[in-house]
Amino acid sequence: MSTPPLLSANKLRCERDMRVLFKDLSFSVGAGECVELLGPNGSGKSTLLRALAGLYPDVEGEVSVAASMYVGHRNGLNVLLTPRENLQWYAGITGVGVTGIDAVLQRVGLYGFEDSACQRLSQGQQRRAGLAVLLLVDRPLWLLDEPLNALDTQGQALINDLLNEHCAANGAVFCATHQPLGEIATRSIVLGGG
Amino acid sequence: MRSAIAGQVISQVVREWRTIARAPIDVANPLMFFFLGISLFAIGTGGEREGLAEIGPAVIWVLVLLANLLSLDTLFKRDHADGTLEQLLLLAQPVFVPVLGKVIVHWCFTGVMMTLLTPLSALVMNLTLDQTWILMLTLILGTPSLSLIGAIGAALTVGLRSGGVLLALVVLPLYLPVLIFGVSAAYLAGDGLAVTAQLYWLGAIAVLALTLAPFAVTQALAISVEQT
Repeated sequence: MSTPPLLSANKLRCERDMRVLFKDLSFSVGAGECVELLGPNGSGKSTLLRALAGLYPDVEGEVSVAASMYVGHRNGLNVLLTPRENLQWYAGITGVGVTGIDAVLQRVGLYGFEDSACQRLSQGQQRRAGLAVLLLVDRPLWLLDEPLNALDTQGQALINDLLNEHCAANGAVFCATHQPLGEIATRSIVLGGG
Repeated sequence: MRSAIAGQVISQVVREWRTIARAPIDVANPLMFFFLGISLFAIGTGGEREGLAEIGPAVIWVLVLLANLLSLDTLFKRDHADGTLEQLLLLAQPVFVPVLGKVIVHWCFTGVMMTLLTPLSALVMNLTLDQTWILMLTLILGTPSLSLIGAIGAALTVGLRSGGVLLALVVLPLYLPVLIFGVSAAYLAGDGLAVTAQLYWLGAIAVLALTLAPFAVTQALAISVEQT
């Protein structure tokens, strides 16, 4: 392990509405690792992920995060636009090429739906389109919040495959989830519960 | 680097155009409000032609401000609700570039549209041709400032459930300089006097807003996203 970890957190502490969500939380995620973040509702999983992504500054402690992609509860899709148009926007603001869009949409199983407005797609299809951004904007660290939400069994298998491939390509995943990821998770961190 | 920034602006502008094409009511409502308000003034004063011309420029400018305010409510609301706003803040480098693209499109569908509607509203308000022309000139110079300043207020209040009133309280005082110079230019033109100073002032305010507002909007958006 000579390479520095893609994500390292030292003595994190977060208090919200007079409640301590977590304290003395230290961990690191290296290349090739997939770490799942478990814990009951309200234990601070989403807050921790938002803090790591840089969307929530009220967390004490030291954090160093590599270039990352964050996909939260919301899919980050303009529902009036089609999956293809949404990805074109992501490609535009991040400066990655638009040439990969078709392949990415095919990979997440949205082939044939790429030109339907997202509001006409099912929740699971919208989730797929939201997660497709991970493949389009290639960043080493993925911060995922309940990626399996709304997905059918094939969709969950797809996420499994994507996480595996990403870790095999020296990426890293930090993923909050209610359903344990199973064997692809190299480690678990449990929040809350005392 | 330059082409990357151009690409960011273009992709944001394309996205906004597409969104508006799918939900045109968002931009149509403020414009209808604008024209309806002017018509109400004309009807309310009983069609007394002298009096109308007297209050005409002020009425048109005030309705431009109010219609602008009305349109600001939806500027970031959709993006905030569907999570694209936080992705924009996380992924775009620098963030203010696509934000500027958004404001440009907002201006096209408020300021520019209302300027184009001005000959019609001037007819309703019984303004002279000279006044109409100067009014259009001041509107096209003044409305970019309204969109830019308004975007700051919209960004600050986007996370609030009932941000509408607060938005008005934040934004309307900042609109005052634009209103003052815009209206005074139209009145001076009515008396056949030169309005160069007023036009310069409107231009200067627009440049100042263009320079500072994108950064303020970006900061305000970051604060709003933190609160959710």
